[in-house]
Amino acid sequence: MTLKELWHRMGSPRWFFRISRPLSWVLGSLALVLLLTGSIWGLAFAPPDYQQGNSFRIMYVHVPTAIVAQSAYMLMGAAGVVLLVWRMKMADIVIAATVPFGMTMTMLALFTGAAWGKPTWGAWWVWDARTTSVLVLLFLYIGLYALRQAIHRPETAGRACALLAVVGTINIPIIKYSVDWWLTLHQGATFKLTEAPGMPPEMWLPLAVNVLGIYCFFGANLIGRVRLAILERERNTQWVRELVAGAAP
Amino acid sequence: MGGHGLYVWLSYGAAVIIILYNVLSVRFKLHRFFQQARDRERRHGPAPGAAVTGDSTRS
Repeated sequence: MTLKELWHRMGSPRWFFRISRPLSWVLGSLALVLLLTGSIWGLAFAPPDYQQGNSFRIMYVHVPTAIVAQSAYMLMGAAGVVLLVWRMKMADIVIAATVPFGMTMTMLALFTGAAWGKPTWGAWWVWDARTTSVLVLLFLYIGLYALRQAIHRPETAGRACALLAVVGTINIPIIKYSVDWWLTLHQGATFKLTEAPGMPPEMWLPLAVNVLGIYCFFGANLIGRVRLAILERERNTQWVRELVAGAAP
Repeated sequence: MGGHGLYVWLSYGAAVIIILYNVLSVRFKLHRFFQQARDRERRHGPAPGAAVTGDSTRS
């Protein structure tokens, strides 16, 4: 298969529906194993922090969810470009399918940040550059969700959401560099590409496992939502009707 | 957990809720889609404009 053929096939909802089920199962199972391993490791076996005691264990939830919430937004931005430039139907489906996941992950990142901030900083919420820019990320997700509900014509709604998704990606570097550009209460990056983490391996390994796990979960969940959206959009086509008449999902 | 138990368990509890929500909402909607599609098929028969061949008449 040439690259061009693959590109065209990716735009075909029916083709995606057919190939995606086993992939979703593999990613889902991997996610379950990795997240359980990382969390139990982080909760029970990683040593307590010499300053923060046990509250640092919240990091094993907070860091992966915050990272994946931003990756999800970047994916929507990329899909937004694809939709605006090539009018690919699947790109619109991907944007719509990513919103609920990204929104709930951003909420979880903010909540776990607050639950860590209370014992560590002494406050549930601080108007720090990092926390504020992540709050803006949550508002962007809510905005994308509301925008789709507000516009009745699906093509118009899709293009409006794609535009907001693309424009909103400006917030991602702001989140990333907020801890460097401004004097923040929030600490710097946990993982950097250029240097080793500032923690011993028995502390950061479970974190790396959970980061991998949450990405697998994102993949599985996204595929599940995309499959659902494909069925709903193509409900009157021959192949979906045959699927409904034939077997369970 | 040295006095931090409440915060740690709150965080992990919220994570379980959010992950379960994401899994179950897709499962539930998928289940509902198939149920509604079968009901529609039973009530109205084949949708107007849809070609009826082979498997689509089987139920």
